[in-house]
Amino acid sequence: MEAKTADFKYVYDRPKSLVDVPTHYCPGCGHGIVHKILAEVIDELGIRDDTIIVAPVGCSVLLYNYIDVDGSEAAHGRAPAVATGIKRVHKDKVVISYQGDGDLLAIGTAEAVHAANRGEHFTTIFINNAIYGMTGGQMAPTTMENQITKTTPYGRDPADVGFPIRACELLNTLEAPVFIERCAVYDVKHVLKTKRAIKKGLQNQIEGKGYSFIEVLSMCPTNWGINPVKSAEWVHDVMEPYYKLGNFRDI
Amino acid sequence: MSDRILMKGNEAVGEAAIIAGCRHYFAYPITPQNEIPAYMAKRLPEVGGTFLQAESELAAINMVFGASAAGARVMTSSSSPGISLKQEGISYIAGAELPCVIVDMMRGGPGLGNIAGSQADYFQATRGGGNGDYRIIVLAPASVQELADITIEAFDLADEYRIPVMILGEGYLGQMSEPFSLPEPSGKTFEKPWALTGAKGRKPNIIASMRLTPENLLEEHNLKLKKTYDKITEKEVRYESYLLDDADYIIVAYGTSARISRSAIIELRKEGIKAGLFRPISLWPYPYKELKKAASHAKKVLTVEMSLGQMVEDVRLAVMDDEKVDFYGRTGGMLPESGEIIRRVRHYGS
Amino acid sequence: MHEEIIVAGFGGQGVIMAGKLMCIAAMNEGKHVSHIPSYGAEMRGGTANCSVVISDDPIGSPVVPEPTVVIAMNLPSMRKFEPRLKKGGLLLYNSSLIDAKPERDDIEVIAVEATGIAEEVGSTRAANMAAIGRLLAAKPDIASMDSVKEALKIAVSKRNQKFNDINIKVLDKAHSL
Repeated sequence: MEAKTADFKYVYDRPKSLVDVPTHYCPGCGHGIVHKILAEVIDELGIRDDTIIVAPVGCSVLLYNYIDVDGSEAAHGRAPAVATGIKRVHKDKVVISYQGDGDLLAIGTAEAVHAANRGEHFTTIFINNAIYGMTGGQMAPTTMENQITKTTPYGRDPADVGFPIRACELLNTLEAPVFIERCAVYDVKHVLKTKRAIKKGLQNQIEGKGYSFIEVLSMCPTNWGINPVKSAEWVHDVMEPYYKLGNFRDI
Repeated sequence: MSDRILMKGNEAVGEAAIIAGCRHYFAYPITPQNEIPAYMAKRLPEVGGTFLQAESELAAINMVFGASAAGARVMTSSSSPGISLKQEGISYIAGAELPCVIVDMMRGGPGLGNIAGSQADYFQATRGGGNGDYRIIVLAPASVQELADITIEAFDLADEYRIPVMILGEGYLGQMSEPFSLPEPSGKTFEKPWALTGAKGRKPNIIASMRLTPENLLEEHNLKLKKTYDKITEKEVRYESYLLDDADYIIVAYGTSARISRSAIIELRKEGIKAGLFRPISLWPYPYKELKKAASHAKKVLTVEMSLGQMVEDVRLAVMDDEKVDFYGRTGGMLPESGEIIRRVRHYGS
Repeated sequence: MHEEIIVAGFGGQGVIMAGKLMCIAAMNEGKHVSHIPSYGAEMRGGTANCSVVISDDPIGSPVVPEPTVVIAMNLPSMRKFEPRLKKGGLLLYNSSLIDAKPERDDIEVIAVEATGIAEEVGSTRAANMAAIGRLLAAKPDIASMDSVKEALKIAVSKRNQKFNDINIKVLDKAHSL
């Protein structure tokens, strides 16, 4: 049946900056949601021609295949260093380091803290799903107490491997960052909040304000071993009480 | 003579980099190359450049990755243990085909070792300390003048072949002051259509060493790298020969070892002993063919190094005659002694 | 000519600068020169030294294991470097601060009241100039006094250029001893 386009109004479409390719992410994964948010914000701010993204090592290693902007890989944990190098050359571009929890809080803690401390003029989007996804479900620095992973088969024991690290609170001890917020993407309301935070982070950069950090609590049904609906609930019920949502800083 | 100035090797490399158009430098302090970051910290702001003291060598080399990906001429410097840390980034830079210049003022090892000059990281430099099938150009100057001249050349080679270029000196070369003339800029320019500049009016540029799928994509990528390496091997071999034409005894040495060997050769010639020097300047690509030819008429080939014997493996590969190749080295930051070189060569004739 | 010189003393006695001054003067006369300081852990101990080679021929090693000349500005430096001197080499020591006598009899010895001369002229900090002035009287091949005075303009930092009048007076006084 031929659609009479004249009778219909477009109310929803794929963001222009989101490349039309099949996703490699698992069903229920939060990365796809955040990618789409990022693409929408890039469209809304009209910065597709001026944005450079840095992809981490982790599930989002192929980020640059999904967002229609210039992109670079970075060695595991080094995305803030690579983003620093890029931004120091192109002060007029919008540079984004997109990182996971192992990347930002384990192997790349030094780079993450020092880039924030220098107040580098880029924006970090930090996906916290409490587990290593790409390597198959090992403990992350943000893995919850008693959470079972491949490398904590008896549950994470803080007496042995420490407590989960709270990135926003950690970075909030630094003087330089201008924006720090923790969000979630388990329901529409929180997705919209996340979008506002990411947009603010990029606007701060455009306005030359300084370093912005947005943490997103996200789902990993595959490695958590539960279905997508349960995963969304788990973020709300287990992660959120420990990782309090909200804005920590907005200068 | 008025255009000659006295400068430390470490400072000369900094000034030469600025002459070469380097405006971005990222590094972490380590002796015996601390004058390089100090010099860049002072000079780069004067020419509108960026100096950044990174939180680690790992961060520094990855900042180099970013700046190079963004299209800038960029440099880092360190010394042996710091270069070990940089190997991760060097492998990624090589894989992503990014140009950059890395200065290594080697010191004594293994481990923390000491801070005296050493040549114990020949393997690390020429064999690659990072993972994967890759090569980097390695240039070994033997004087402050050559250090400055090679720095200019290094930036051009890096841009021409999209490859990391390492300038391999050591503590003595870095700390030594010698008269030199400031080098001229080469005047060469390189288009970088691959650089990350914002994808205005074009498809996005992606800088990556990763080639996940399909199965043969990484092999294809590596074979492309190999083509570049073959071209470099063919075109960019550099060496110096001194009194080789009639030499019965050839000393093979690079950097500071070559300076000491040259003094020994002058003494040996005074005694009527026909000794000559073969000094590789490019350690990769190594001058195998040229050394093979030079050694074909020699009775003995003595390799002199500030190590337990690393370059001597390349000398053996070139000469292909184990009976002919001898080795003398000092390690742990000690310098080879001219007297010992002379005694050895005298002994060959008796 | 070919001289391998070690200048040694306390940190602050200007031994590194003294070495550079000779190098710049000799360089401007067309000679080959090299200068390398002791660096790292050693300089934390309060003593400093540098190796200087000045030659008509290209220089091999910039490091000097067996010097032809030692300038010792204090006792620890004399004790350390006197034994390393080449046979027939020259030991020039600062007799203002060193009471002890050199031990070897197979070397040439010059005692110079370096700190004393510098103090008389106006600043003990110019003691290094007294040592150089006296050395150039004994070994004029190293560089001419004119070249050394000219080299002060480069070797001395901008903020210390105002002391160059004193430096020149000390150089002259020690040279004419």
